[in-house]
Amino acid sequence: MSVAQPVACNEPAPIRQRGQHEVFCGLTSIIWLHRKVQDAFFLVVGSRTCAHLLQSAAGVMIFSEPRFATAIMEERDLAGMADMHDELDNVVARLLERRPDIRMLVLVGSCPSEVIKLDLSRAASRLNAVHAPRHRVIAYSGSGIETTFTQGEDNFLAALIADKASTRSAGEAAKLVVLGCLADVVEDQFSRLFAELGLSGVSFLPGRDAIEGLVVGPETRFILAQPYLGAAAAALEARGARRIDSIFPLGAEGTSAWLRAICMTFGVDMALLDAVVAQPRRRAAEAMAHYRPWLEGRRVFFFPDSQMEPSLARFLSREMGSELLEVGSPYLHREHVAGELALLPPGVTLSEGQDVDEQIDRCRTANPDLIVCGLGLANPFEAEGRVSKWSIEFSFTPIQGFEQAGDLAELFARPLMRNAILTNGVERREAVQ
Amino acid sequence: MKLSMWTYEGPPHVGAMRIAASMQGVHYVLHAPQGDTYADLLFTMIERRQSRPPVTYTTFQARDLAGSTADIFKKACRDAVARFTPEALLVGASCTAELLQDDPGGLARTLDVSVPVVPLELPSYQKKENWGAAETFYRLVRAFVGRNPRPDNIPANSCNILGPTSLGFRCRDDVTEIVKLLTEEGLDVRVVAPMGATPADLVRIPEAAFNIVLYPEIADVTARWLKTAHDMPFISTIPIGVQATQSFVDEVRAMAGLPAREGRTRDRLTWYSRSIDSNYLTNKRVFIFGDATHAIAAARIASEELGFRVCGLGTYMREFARDVRDAAAKYGVEAVISDDHLEVEAAIVAARPELVLGTQMERHIAKRLRVPCAVISAPTHVQDFPARYSPQMGFEGANVIFDSWVHPLMMGLEEHLLQMFRDDFEFNDGASASHLHPQAPAIKPVEAAPAPVVAAAPIGVIATWTLEAERELQKVPFFVRGKARRNTELFAQGNGIHPITVETLYDAKAHFAR
Repeated sequence: MSVAQPVACNEPAPIRQRGQHEVFCGLTSIIWLHRKVQDAFFLVVGSRTCAHLLQSAAGVMIFSEPRFATAIMEERDLAGMADMHDELDNVVARLLERRPDIRMLVLVGSCPSEVIKLDLSRAASRLNAVHAPRHRVIAYSGSGIETTFTQGEDNFLAALIADKASTRSAGEAAKLVVLGCLADVVEDQFSRLFAELGLSGVSFLPGRDAIEGLVVGPETRFILAQPYLGAAAAALEARGARRIDSIFPLGAEGTSAWLRAICMTFGVDMALLDAVVAQPRRRAAEAMAHYRPWLEGRRVFFFPDSQMEPSLARFLSREMGSELLEVGSPYLHREHVAGELALLPPGVTLSEGQDVDEQIDRCRTANPDLIVCGLGLANPFEAEGRVSKWSIEFSFTPIQGFEQAGDLAELFARPLMRNAILTNGVERREAVQ
Repeated sequence: MKLSMWTYEGPPHVGAMRIAASMQGVHYVLHAPQGDTYADLLFTMIERRQSRPPVTYTTFQARDLAGSTADIFKKACRDAVARFTPEALLVGASCTAELLQDDPGGLARTLDVSVPVVPLELPSYQKKENWGAAETFYRLVRAFVGRNPRPDNIPANSCNILGPTSLGFRCRDDVTEIVKLLTEEGLDVRVVAPMGATPADLVRIPEAAFNIVLYPEIADVTARWLKTAHDMPFISTIPIGVQATQSFVDEVRAMAGLPAREGRTRDRLTWYSRSIDSNYLTNKRVFIFGDATHAIAAARIASEELGFRVCGLGTYMREFARDVRDAAAKYGVEAVISDDHLEVEAAIVAARPELVLGTQMERHIAKRLRVPCAVISAPTHVQDFPARYSPQMGFEGANVIFDSWVHPLMMGLEEHLLQMFRDDFEFNDGASASHLHPQAPAIKPVEAAPAPVVAAAPIGVIATWTLEAERELQKVPFFVRGKARRNTELFAQGNGIHPITVETLYDAKAHFAR
């Protein structure tokens, strides 16, 4: 499979609409961040709605105590009867007493805290004066008035990078920073590949510990593992690091291109690269081949969710042979996804932002074989006899890298396979398996 | 500012959504930022609802705050009316929009929309989900019932059912069961609301003789207003459990002017509970927590119909704290009134129950403590919207309750075998009831296992055990070992015994014999 050269005039004008956005706010990324970063605790300063959102989106599975909580603002806080900063200090003190193991406390701004202009950065520096270095405190905003879903991770990473205690300038700088949350298993696979390629000084951000003292200098290069990291990338650039441009490591093609971009930057012998990736790439092709018959020629419609949509669409179109009807994304970072957009087939409809009612109309008219959408829309579409894939799974499942390329294909194929089983009964079951 | 890891109730606008989603022909325009749409998935995922809940979110953004978010709201209202053609429009604000003070009610009045608009003021920073649902239902009923005089010739046997909602615990099947029961008793059920009702149905509420409040958390305020404004009496006996259902039938018949009827057994719970197999249920300690209605009903059934002992009772709804306190006093326990699940967990640990009846959070807690449990109240998860018919109310509801509370328990003979032959290599602390086996998490063998969490409760009691006594204690089945340890230590402390020997263990057993 050869990588097509980007065509300059290939970029179609996206549909831009405003209206109801059926997407999560940035707080939701806490659900994976609090598991990834094991020494951090995320404290949302917000309302009962924020707390309810987090537990509802997290599926209310609190078997172990989660490393997130909400400081719920109440009437007396807003009426000025209580000083909000004093109240927050008390909540933080109680929390740190309960969880002395927390090394980094992350204050997360919400819609209400942003609207009343509660300055959480100021609060963080005040709290640092009391609790640092034992507990480092940083702040970012995951509010829905500024961020959708994955942008919460973007703002968190930007705050982490801007924090002088977490990301230092002195010392031996990292050669390569892989920016964006990856499942531990994916991080480990990439680490092994980097080692085989002779690349050292690689850091993953976020890592399993927030307080690891990442050192960034002018010689640091970074590559995005996720497409939704505009603010975090800018923060790294502000510290002197330079971005390696690439498409994203989804599917065999994406992963190959991503590794090649890194290798070219660091002057790794291309023959070595080919040798190192030969087996993983063969396995990826073998795994994906199981699902291609299910996806080839199928017409797919993407509702906006995580900003991964252009990359997922490119994977479906180029490696699975699917046809794209509309690719919706909450936001298109023109520079970071340029490579992805260039690889989409000509004439595909892009949409940015959302008016959900109108988008549903377009979707029904297009009558796709598979609708990729959020949890609020999926069952209603199924009830109409349409086949849907809930998009949140792409944020909650390891899908990056060669070894996960088959899993990624399977995520798209599963609803189609299931529909075939339920529609055609036993005789199709064997064909499905 | 309150630290919260988990909440039993959502914000009040989610309560309003539940009312809108329960009804037909009602659309709710919610002034809210992006992200508040998460609430849709409560309906589409937890309840497996087949259509989107009838809610439009204005989705204002930070950049709109400098301009006019009010215009965005007005446009959303017009668009929603044009697209969904509802019979009534609810308008309100979520927590963030409340801070903007755009006054959705006032704005909606200035709109020339062709449908009645019911504005909602739900203070997000004071109130919670159930209050929001009750307030919304009340506002809708007030708006559509108005103060028109009631018709003259109202048949005495006509009634309405008030309170069942979307996302309520087993409301769907309760309504079916109670309508069937009332119809069999010669009642004429006119309006069921909010579930399934249209605004036009609400108008018809005063045309019935009286109201039946099945869920006071939702409909108590409305029923009281209908009594004051329209002199409509209401019945608020909740037909959960055999005796309560019988009382409910008696009251309904009396109010409908129908003669009292000899009670006949129409349930299986009564006989099942009498059958000798149920002997092993006697005085089982049960901890109950939920919304007030379901918790109080569960305590009564547990205590009077199944012969359990209530060792804890509580609710997360402060609005109904008094009712729950009164009930708890009957069982000699102190009510747990809290919406902090960590406090509830501590109360469960301290009460050392053998069965926990609660919400999905108590299910998590009970699983962690390895205590059998059943869910009796919202908030619930997807598995509490079962495919099968499983009401809680009426006689069939009592049958369902018998099954769902008794099945998680260790069956009689199995319990004895475990007691008698606990040295059998297959009987150990990791072995729970065989029918629970697939779910039971494996735990370490006896010797290595620290005292289970249940035993860790009486912190502060300092008592040393002789090695022999400690070994003897290990022969007590794990599910009562915590209690045995605590009782023995209490006994030793009270009698100045030190250290605790095998003798002390058996002295205490005799002393505390239940």
